[in-house]
Amino acid sequence: MTAWTLGLRGRLLLAFAVLGLTTTALVAGVSYGQARTVILQKAQDAAVVSLVDQAARVLPLRELPPSQDQLDAIAQNLGEGPDPAVVAYRGRTASSSDLSLDEIPAELRGEVTGGRVVWQRVTMGGGPWLAIGTQLMTERPDGGTEPTGIEVYRMHALGDEQRSIDQLAALAWSTGSASLVLAVLLALLAARGVLRPVRELGRAARRLGEGDLRTRATVRGTDELAGVAQIFNQTAERLERQVGELRRMEADARRFVADVSHELRTPLAAMTAVTDVLDEESARLPGDAGKAARLVSQETQNLAQLVEDLIEISRFDAGTAALSLDDLDVGAAVRATLRSRGWTDQVETELPDGIVARLDPRRLDVIVANMVGNALRHGAAPVTVRLRAPAGWVEVTVADHGSGLPPDVLARAFDRFYKADTARSRSDGAGLGLAIALANARLHGGSLVAGNRSPQGAVFTLRLPSGGGA
Amino acid sequence: MSRVLLIEDHHTVREGLRIALTRQGHAVDAVDSGERGLAHLSSAPADVVVLDLMLPGMDGFEVCRRIRASQDLPIIMLTARDDDMDVVAGLEAGADDYVVKPVQARVLEARIRAVLRRGNARAAEPAAVEKHADLSIDRAALVVRKGGEPVGLAPTELRLLLELSATPGRVHSRQQLLEAVWDQGYLGDSRLVDACVQRLRAKIEDDTTAPVYVQTVRGFGYRFGPL
Repeated sequence: MTAWTLGLRGRLLLAFAVLGLTTTALVAGVSYGQARTVILQKAQDAAVVSLVDQAARVLPLRELPPSQDQLDAIAQNLGEGPDPAVVAYRGRTASSSDLSLDEIPAELRGEVTGGRVVWQRVTMGGGPWLAIGTQLMTERPDGGTEPTGIEVYRMHALGDEQRSIDQLAALAWSTGSASLVLAVLLALLAARGVLRPVRELGRAARRLGEGDLRTRATVRGTDELAGVAQIFNQTAERLERQVGELRRMEADARRFVADVSHELRTPLAAMTAVTDVLDEESARLPGDAGKAARLVSQETQNLAQLVEDLIEISRFDAGTAALSLDDLDVGAAVRATLRSRGWTDQVETELPDGIVARLDPRRLDVIVANMVGNALRHGAAPVTVRLRAPAGWVEVTVADHGSGLPPDVLARAFDRFYKADTARSRSDGAGLGLAIALANARLHGGSLVAGNRSPQGAVFTLRLPSGGGA
Repeated sequence: MSRVLLIEDHHTVREGLRIALTRQGHAVDAVDSGERGLAHLSSAPADVVVLDLMLPGMDGFEVCRRIRASQDLPIIMLTARDDDMDVVAGLEAGADDYVVKPVQARVLEARIRAVLRRGNARAAEPAAVEKHADLSIDRAALVVRKGGEPVGLAPTELRLLLELSATPGRVHSRQQLLEAVWDQGYLGDSRLVDACVQRLRAKIEDDTTAPVYVQTVRGFGYRFGPL
């Protein structure tokens, strides 16, 4: 687990806590150590000076070796205050209280025997003490001094000093804890200050991603995050402008197609009106003239269909396509579609009577005609049209027995002007038929799906809500 | 042979339709505006009017209303597929049927034949004159009277009434009516039926909001009575 997985808030908290702890520990620790040294040094110096002074006042001794009474007197003298004393001379001891020579550390006694004034911190009866030791001196006739061999020791209680030091430590701990709490609070505050704009930016970015291109982030202050928010806003603005431009261009293109289609309609209306005349006359026209007349007639009808398809798809694009629903016997409607196009003998049907649904008859006709027409053109016989009624739906499947649809065609079967077979001429292709069929199915709140069936052949499945869903 | 009045402003479309309809054996009078069409009708009778909705000057809807105000001859609108509102408005203005442009001659011919078809080919008519409350229907003379007064019905309205009243109490779906009256089965536009029922009710019902002769059966269609 690294700091990276903690998140911004966790990392900030950690950094502040570490910083707070380190600083507090350093400051409190150093101060504590310094104060402790000073306090103990002072107490120690005072105790040592006091013992040396008092020992000096015991002088002069009249004779050596001292009597036991003299040793007792010295011990009483030195142990008058709160600090107990013990005196030793060549195996004999005297004590001002119940302090015994065993309490004095051996190394201390060694130093004292060598003639030095020494002290050492010891623990006695559970408390801290300072053990101080020295030898009594005697005056030589030449005015100098020499050790008498009488060792005196005094214990000085360090309880007060220890208490002061303990208080210091407690103070250091509480200061440290307080500063840690403060550091965490500051970290939370900082995290909130940093994270709120970050969160807002995140929200804005998400909204932008969801397609709300008018989203802008709030710019607060002049810090780095405000800079990021500004850049975000500029980017969003550019994006909105470009997408708007693209949409305008697309709308223009679509409007152009719609306008052109409408313009084509009038000449086509005139031409279409006379195609029947051409068809009838072509039989009587000699050779090429007859062929030409039939060609013009056929292509006029194709062109008229294409223009109608273009206008129809323009309406879907513009969102102005509307359903005109009616209660239909779907089987009869499908039969009517097949009959009106002369397909009845070319397809096998399974169209049970009595399946009633609320649909737009014209649009159902368009969908079924495109499905069947597509199967007859591109698939292989026999083509079967099957009607079923799963609960709440009507389902029309059109299947052929051809080689089926390769995956790339399956994916694009409903694309406009998509040609599965590039060798096929344009007028033979599906053009807009399946795209319009799909749009019509969706307008009903239904679906139109292309697929393959086993063992072979393509199958188009239309599902429409029977209750007039959309 | 029937006399067709064609009102269409586009020269080539008018000419194309005129040629096609003439070849079908109709006597065609073609004019380029609603005003001329109305003027023509006042001097020379016609059996059927083929009317473009998009006309300069007086539009097709107004022409339709004016013809309906004075005559009961069938009117077929020429409309564009993406003008759904026009279809509704045209039917409300009194048109009997509509065709979508561009239209092939044989399609228009079939529609003309359908609106001109007189009477019903029913073998056994129960009686020449039927009485339904205030309404009397003379199937032989094709005359409808209400309280003794003749009611002026357009041909489609009359055929719809004859179709419905032939089997009182039986529900007819819109598809059945389309097939019987307009010669268009499942591919027809059921708004033709609804619009025609509205016009028929306006002429024979006492209260169009509570019809007794032509009743709506929600979700199914229409029926005549029960009275």
